Formats: sequence, C-alpha cells, structure tokens
Amino acid sequence: MEKKLGKATRDAYGLAIVEIGRKNPDVVVLDADLSKSTKSAGFQAAFPDRFFNVGIQEANMVGVASGLAAAGKIPFISSFATFLISKGYDQLRMAVAFPELNVKVVGSHGGISVGEDGASQMSIEDLALTTSLPNFVVMVPCDEFSTRALVMQAAEHKGPVFIRTCRPKAPIVHNEKSDFKIGKGVLLREGKDVTIVAAGLLVFEALQAAENLSKQGIQAGVIDMHTIKPLDRELLVREAKKTGHLVVAEEHQIWGGLGSAVATAVSQEAPCRMEFVAIQDTFAESGLPDELLVKYGLTAPNVEAAAKRVLQAPANAE
Amino acid sequence: MNKTMTKISVEDLKKRCKQVRRDIIDMTYAAASGHPGGSLSATEIVTALYFGLMNHDPKNPKWPDRDRLILSKGHASPLLYSVLAETGYFDRKLLPTFRKLGSPLQGHPDVRRLPGLEASTGSLGQGLSIGIGMALARRLDKKSFYTYVITSDGETNEGQTWEAAAMAAHHKVDHLIAFLDYNKYQLDDSTKVICDMEPMTDKWIAFGWHVQEIDGHNLDEVIKAVNKAKAVKDQPAMIVAHTVKGKGVSFMENNNHFHGVAPTKEEYEKAMKELA
Repeated sequence: MEKKLGKATRDAYGLAIVEIGRKNPDVVVLDADLSKSTKSAGFQAAFPDRFFNVGIQEANMVGVASGLAAAGKIPFISSFATFLISKGYDQLRMAVAFPELNVKVVGSHGGISVGEDGASQMSIEDLALTTSLPNFVVMVPCDEFSTRALVMQAAEHKGPVFIRTCRPKAPIVHNEKSDFKIGKGVLLREGKDVTIVAAGLLVFEALQAAENLSKQGIQAGVIDMHTIKPLDRELLVREAKKTGHLVVAEEHQIWGGLGSAVATAVSQEAPCRMEFVAIQDTFAESGLPDELLVKYGLTAPNVEAAAKRVLQAPANAE
Repeated sequence: MNKTMTKISVEDLKKRCKQVRRDIIDMTYAAASGHPGGSLSATEIVTALYFGLMNHDPKNPKWPDRDRLILSKGHASPLLYSVLAETGYFDRKLLPTFRKLGSPLQGHPDVRRLPGLEASTGSLGQGLSIGIGMALARRLDKKSFYTYVITSDGETNEGQTWEAAAMAAHHKVDHLIAFLDYNKYQLDDSTKVICDMEPMTDKWIAFGWHVQEIDGHNLDEVIKAVNKAKAVKDQPAMIVAHTVKGKGVSFMENNNHFHGVAPTKEEYEKAMKELA
C-alpha cells in the first residue's frame, strides 16, 4: 500500500472545529497557551469571542469547561494530551466525567511521534487514564478523514469525549466517503488467519504489515479501532472467532490502552491468542519520529513479526 | 426578581440560620459522620444567599436565568442540603437520609442526584474554575445571572484556586461572586500551623480581584457585601468572610475535632439544647 501523507490529525482537528463553530454558536474553544501547536488557533481567528486562552493552567481550563458546559455551551478544550490529561485528571474526573458534562477534550501530540521534543512532551498514558473514567468516549483517529468525521460526531454526541491527535503528517488510510461512527471499528481488510486491531498511526503500519503477510501466504485482517471506548465488541468477537488470532497495535503504553481493552473484551466472549505491539513499559526520548518508531518497535515490521509470533504460538490447552 | 422571597428581614434570616444549624447537627448525628464545623461556619452566608439575595426558583431548578451557587467546599453539604430543603427544592423528609445508601443527599454534593445542586464537589479547589465557566457562558449569552462560589481557607492551599484567580481577573470575569469562608482551620490543624495563607486579602487584591473583608456571621455585612459585589464590573469579586468554625454550638466553636466528626449522643443533646 502506497504511503501518501495527508494532514496531521491535529491540523484536521483545527479545521473541523471551525466548521463546527460556523454551524453551532454554542461551541466554544479553550486552549492553555498551545493553540498554535494544537491547532485551535484557527478557531480563535474565526470566532475570537468564543475562544478563551486560559494561559498555562490545564486544571483550571477543565474546570472552566465544566462550568461552560453546565450552562449549555459545548466546549472543545485543547492542549498537549500529556499535560491536559495528567494535569487536568482530577478535574476531568470530578467536573466532567462524574456530572457527565458535554466537554470535548482534545489532546494533541499523542504518542512518541512527537519526536525531537522528547519524553516529557509525549502522551503515552492518556488512553489508560481516560478510559478509566466512566461516561467518557475515547477516540484516536488515524488520518485527516477520520479525524474530521469523528470530531464532527463528537460535537453532536452528548457527554464527555476525549480525542487524541498527533503531531506529524498522517498517512492517508480513509477517504471522504469512508463511513465513521463513534464506537464502530472499521474493517479495512478481511483476514482469515489473524486480525490486526490498530489505532492512530499504527493503522497504516498494520495495513502495510498485512500486505507483506499476504505475500507470505498469511491472510491478515485489519481493523481501524478508532474508538477505544465504547469498544466495538461485536466486531472484535466476530473477528476473533473467525481468525482465532489477534494482534493489537498502538502508540501507547502496553498497560491500559487499546490492547488491554481488546483483551478484556475478547477474553469473555472469544478467548484467543494475542500479541501486543505497544510501548513496553518505558519512557521514550528525543529523536526523529521515524527513528523513534523503529527504536520503540512501532512499525510495520514489528506488527508483521507479532502476527507471525501469534500464529506460531501453541494453542491454549483445552 | 427573587422567586423565593421578595423581602426577608435580618430577624427572619437569624431564625432561619438557627433552623439550618439544627439541621446540620441532626443530619451529622443521624449519619454518625459528616462535617459539622465547616457547615456551621458558612451558615449565615449560604442562608442569606438562598433566602434573601439569590434569584432562583425552587420549583424550576433548571431555569436558565437563575443565579447559581457552587459549594466548592463540598464537605459543607449538610448546610447546603438544609437550605435547599428549606427553600423548597425537595422535601425536608429527605434530610435524615443524608449519607445513607441510595439517598440523593450524598456525603459530598452529586449534581446528578439532587435538584438545586449546580456542581459535584468534594475534591477541593475546583469550584472557582467551574464558576468562571458559568460566568463566561452568561457573558456570551448576554444574560444577567450571578454565579456564587463558596470556597474556603483550606482550598486556597490548592494550586487550582490560584490558576482560577489569575484567569478570572485577566479575562475580566464579572457576575462572579466568591465567598471565602475563613474559619482559620483545616482538617489537620489551624491554617496557621498547616499552611498559612496570610496575608489572605492582599493575595486576592494582588491577583486583581475586587475584595471585601467582612464578619461572615453578621447578616447585615453579608447582605451589604453581596449588593456591593453585584455592582462590580469587569472584575471578579471576592468576599473574605471571617468566621468561626463550629459557630453556634459552644463546644464546637474553634474546636477542630468537629471538622469531620459527628456529635455523640451527649454532644448532640447538648448542641440541640443550645440551638433551641
């Protein structure tokens, strides 16, 4: 599959909120002094009265969004995902998730593909943290098309939503006509032997891996599981029963992300052999995004190797 | 227009306060837990707001133009529950269910369970931020309601309080009136011993707020301060209210044992005698 870079998902987010802002006067946008990086700055230019830069204070920003939502507004709040989720976590729990308020939390610079800025800026725990919060929808779109569609749907959805966007230009996986629905995975490729469940940047890597595997006689299915919560159990169980082998690939810590969510889901209804492509309980470092993805094992060859491992593994004793 | 009560005298308010204090003792005694000290210290403030100063309608708790009150110091929930019941948001019969399984009167306020609540609180330091959001929504919608936040000296230990303080002043957020229930105690000991925030008033002035300092048990001063705060434009308003923790029950006053401990049977009877 040819690699064609599209917009970064953060850029697609910036454009989508302007579109939403034009349609819905209740949409307001908040940022914590990173609007040029999260790309919420476009909204400020279009709707200066509905944009609030709170300064470098993530906890307060979440609280302010809670109050705005309680009074009928639809706040989209942005910062780097690691700062927004980690520093705003108590507020996300108490002031957004608990009262089930209509706040849209969009964290940019997800994963290690942040690159040169290094470990302090990389969000690799955000999915574990946000999926632990009741009432939250948690999504990781993989390209500009899925980002646009899912951000639009987030605005329509009543309740808390977290969306992770990323810094680098994202390879195009979908197109304008692709169909997205919160909580519904997209089966991009049918498989017989193994199913690769991926999110974000790893979706394209999974497709490349599946292509290589097919040349070796292994038919790998690929799911873009853009919504981590609520997880598309139906699709997962169907695929797990069909292929009997799963690989989960994500740009997140191995604990608490998509892999854990998938394992929990299938272990109940369709237990099968699984392999996980993720960050192995460590912090990353500075470097070029592509160098980092290789060093930390998040590329197509890593997914391909995981698929082979899961197929070679002895079946569970019945 | 005040939909609850158009005019109420200070004498009436005093009687209301006594009833509210009895409720606080009743509820914490019945629950055998809860926070009487910090509920008693903010009694005049919250009672005066709901009975005399706020524009609200207990029969229509979601009325978009209502004034809002956020109890940022959520552990003072018995106080708020008593006042909400007394003003007619729900039946007083619910008060004895405080803290019991299935009750809408949760240990700390849960906005989803009880009409009249505006925010779920209990993790300290969050109320001001939520209040700023409501006040900004008011500004965007060109409405005239006020948002009140009841915060505490202990909460000023929290970093979020000062994030909110800076941001509210910078964004010229008005129609936001905060009370700081300055009872000089926090859970472990006096504020002087644990984390002294003095000079308290100067801090809020330095952060750009319109600040008044009052005796938080003097109803005339509470009413006067609120009316003055309502007229403040382009600036958030802070009313630093000097109060006594456990106010109204002699052996609870300035006795930090009653921060988060309910009265025993003997203490209960003694307290109710004093509040008769």
